[in-house]
Amino acid sequence: MSIDVRGVNKRFGGFVALDDVNVSIPTGQLTALLGPSGGGKSTLLRIIAGLESADSGSIEIEGTDATQLPPQRRNVGFVFQHYAVFKHLTVARNVSFGMEIRKRPRAEITQRVDELLSLVHLSQFADRLPSQLSGGQRQRMALARALAVQPTVLLLDEPFGALDAKVRKELREWLRRLHDEVQVTTVFVTHDQEEAMEVADEIVVINHGRVEQVGSPDDLYDRPANEFVMSFLGEATTLGGTLFRPHDIEVATSPLAVGGIEGTISRIQRVGFWVRLTVLTDDGEAVAVEMTRSHARELGLAHGQTVWLSPVPRAARVSIAV
Amino acid sequence: MTWAPTRPETPPADLEQRPLPRGRPLLQTNLTTASGIGLGVAMIWFSMLVLIPLCAVLITASEGGWGAFWSTVTHPQTFAAIRLTLLSAAAVTLVNVVMGTLIAWVLVRDRFWGKGALEVLIDLPFALPTLVAGLVLLSLYGKDSPVGLELAYTPASVFLAFLFVTLPFVVRMVQPVLEELEVEVEEAAASLGASRATTFRRVILPALVPAITAGAALSFARGVGEYGSLVLLSGNLPYRSEVASVRILGSIENDNLAGAASVAALLLVISLAVIVVLDAMQRRVADRG
Amino acid sequence: MVSRWFLRALVAGYLLMLVAWPVSLVATNAFTNGLDAMVMVFTDPGVVHALQLTVLVAGIAVVINTVFGVAMSMFLVRYEFPGKRLLSALLDLPLAVSPVVVGLALVLVYGGRDGWFGPFLESLGIRVIFSTPGLVMATAFVALPLVIREVVPVLTEIGTDQEQAAKSLGASSAQTFWRITLPAIKWAVIYGVVLSTARSLGEFGAVKVVSGNVLGETRTATLAVEELYLNFDQAGANAIAFGLAMVSVLCIVVVGALRPRHRI
Repeated sequence: MSIDVRGVNKRFGGFVALDDVNVSIPTGQLTALLGPSGGGKSTLLRIIAGLESADSGSIEIEGTDATQLPPQRRNVGFVFQHYAVFKHLTVARNVSFGMEIRKRPRAEITQRVDELLSLVHLSQFADRLPSQLSGGQRQRMALARALAVQPTVLLLDEPFGALDAKVRKELREWLRRLHDEVQVTTVFVTHDQEEAMEVADEIVVINHGRVEQVGSPDDLYDRPANEFVMSFLGEATTLGGTLFRPHDIEVATSPLAVGGIEGTISRIQRVGFWVRLTVLTDDGEAVAVEMTRSHARELGLAHGQTVWLSPVPRAARVSIAV
Repeated sequence: MTWAPTRPETPPADLEQRPLPRGRPLLQTNLTTASGIGLGVAMIWFSMLVLIPLCAVLITASEGGWGAFWSTVTHPQTFAAIRLTLLSAAAVTLVNVVMGTLIAWVLVRDRFWGKGALEVLIDLPFALPTLVAGLVLLSLYGKDSPVGLELAYTPASVFLAFLFVTLPFVVRMVQPVLEELEVEVEEAAASLGASRATTFRRVILPALVPAITAGAALSFARGVGEYGSLVLLSGNLPYRSEVASVRILGSIENDNLAGAASVAALLLVISLAVIVVLDAMQRRVADRG
Repeated sequence: MVSRWFLRALVAGYLLMLVAWPVSLVATNAFTNGLDAMVMVFTDPGVVHALQLTVLVAGIAVVINTVFGVAMSMFLVRYEFPGKRLLSALLDLPLAVSPVVVGLALVLVYGGRDGWFGPFLESLGIRVIFSTPGLVMATAFVALPLVIREVVPVLTEIGTDQEQAAKSLGASSAQTFWRITLPAIKWAVIYGVVLSTARSLGEFGAVKVVSGNVLGETRTATLAVEELYLNFDQAGANAIAFGLAMVSVLCIVVVGALRPRHRI
């Protein structure tokens, strides 16, 4: 395990940011810390980097106890949401900063800066000041800067949070490819479940300062541990007191299926290829159902029609805690 | 893990590129007739009040030719006054660069009880009438000084008066820049291995340099031209504690306007140089945004 | 931790020795003889006249500088015209020019005897130097950039969105200015006005040159302080000095407290 977080607690005044967090992050993987804002995921990342200190607990990085180490000696690369560029230094000097601090030979620095700039596609901007770059370019520069010191782990705090949707999507695909190339253990914080699902090998879901679940994107989507994970990682709806995904609910126009729950279609909404139904059951639940347009047409569904609902076999499900 | 990045496979689409600022066409304007007239009126007032009178100083100084100018400013008493003024202003500027930056640092980064009072103290020298500033300093550093530091009528009194009136300049220039400097930038430096001292020297200080330079320029200019605060404090002793502005006033009172203009022109050139530095530095602060 | 306390102590000590202690001494000195010195000075007709003149001159100069400053800021931020950068740099010039040079410059142009324009203006019956207009000009000169320096950054910061919105809703340029722009830059203007007021009330060097110090006519408050001091009436000098200092301290404290400290 590359990073071992054991029993970490952190309070800010009366606010509990992290509550006995235990996580192990595997070497060489791309791991996402996913959760809603204020859930403690950024705090955890900053504690791993040494930018914040835990009230109790320990951090181990590649087998070394880093709990008491200052950020300078942890050898982590950190990328900030708002880039934290050194405004007075050119792009190349930003990237070489860490190596200059480490007093690497001039030739090595030049060579490595060239490599990294071409890796992040900024070679032609080497002599520009950061203020002449776009947001996405600044973030790629910040990434190159963090990679330059050959960190044991690379930590990214909401790296694409300040960028617009299109650049965001491109950069996360690019980050995935970059990670496959350089293979450094990478942890990134995000509140965007789509981003986490698309990019990460493993996702750690954090909420209210606790780890809710750890697993691969498929694990979390198909076998959510609880209500929170179920509803945070995709849409969820209740049917007979259990949470399901709307596309995991089957609709029948006659009471054939045993245990089907009867209800009335109160709303039909077409979104491109998909049709969304809202079905009011006799128990007063408003159940959301998703199906393809062709399937809906086959069934000949109409507003006000009575239907019978049942989950598909092997549907992801979570019982609602009372 | 391998650290030999391969060639880039696909360039990301995010290659939108900000064009570098280019010169505007020379006569481009979006002034309307009304705003044009307004600007014209403002310019007339500005010319009558500032530009024409300052030109008059330069022209009057040059009327007697280079020789007259030179003999006026190298007159021993005048030269001594100019030298004292420049040396004191330079020394004060140095102190301000260090102390002003420190004060700004404490005001921005530290929290303690009574900080608000310090903020008021910084502005006080700017708002206090300069003559009153002189009286104020006399009360602590004059005859029968309560701290036993009798500086009145010595060259040191000039230094002291300059120090007092120029206090706000560096502080007030550096403070906003420091406030906008994100803590994240320092954290980034730390995680890249820089110690606190290195971070200060290589990351924070360079970011502050334009603001510090601008503040230093203003404080130098203010010192060079200072009159009110030291007129009572220094005693204006020739060759000892007399400064350039006092010399100018002396010439005016003796009805020697040409002589006064020569020394004044020298100060004015320094002021102009300062304005050029100030403009350049303020632009650098703005450009980095 | 140690370094933080060291810095705090250094800064506090420096400000104490340079500003706080001396200023407080003037305050206590002003009251050493009870209120007598105060009362005596502030009932002296010459002093009363000097104070009235100071208020009049400062008042006119501040009004001129405020109107000029706000208008100039609008031109600099909202319009493009050739020479704008030069103008913006020149507007800072009064900050860097010696008050004595300011006074001399005005005398050279507006002096009644051999100024450039002075004799002509005198032939029209307008006396500038050794008279109130000269005092106003000297005061307006030294305080000229203060409003502009406060307003320009705020005007730049707020951008033109709100103004364009107002215009799209049918507001004229004047309406847009009074209803949208001015309220947005209100605090900057107020701060600039207060700084200008403090600076104008206390101007000494420039005023001294253009005043000729004609007793009871062109003698302002600061000139009266100097005169009292040179006549060995230290108590009287301290009393007026204290009054002037109080006004400027009040200005700073009041505005510092009122000004909303929102950061961008």
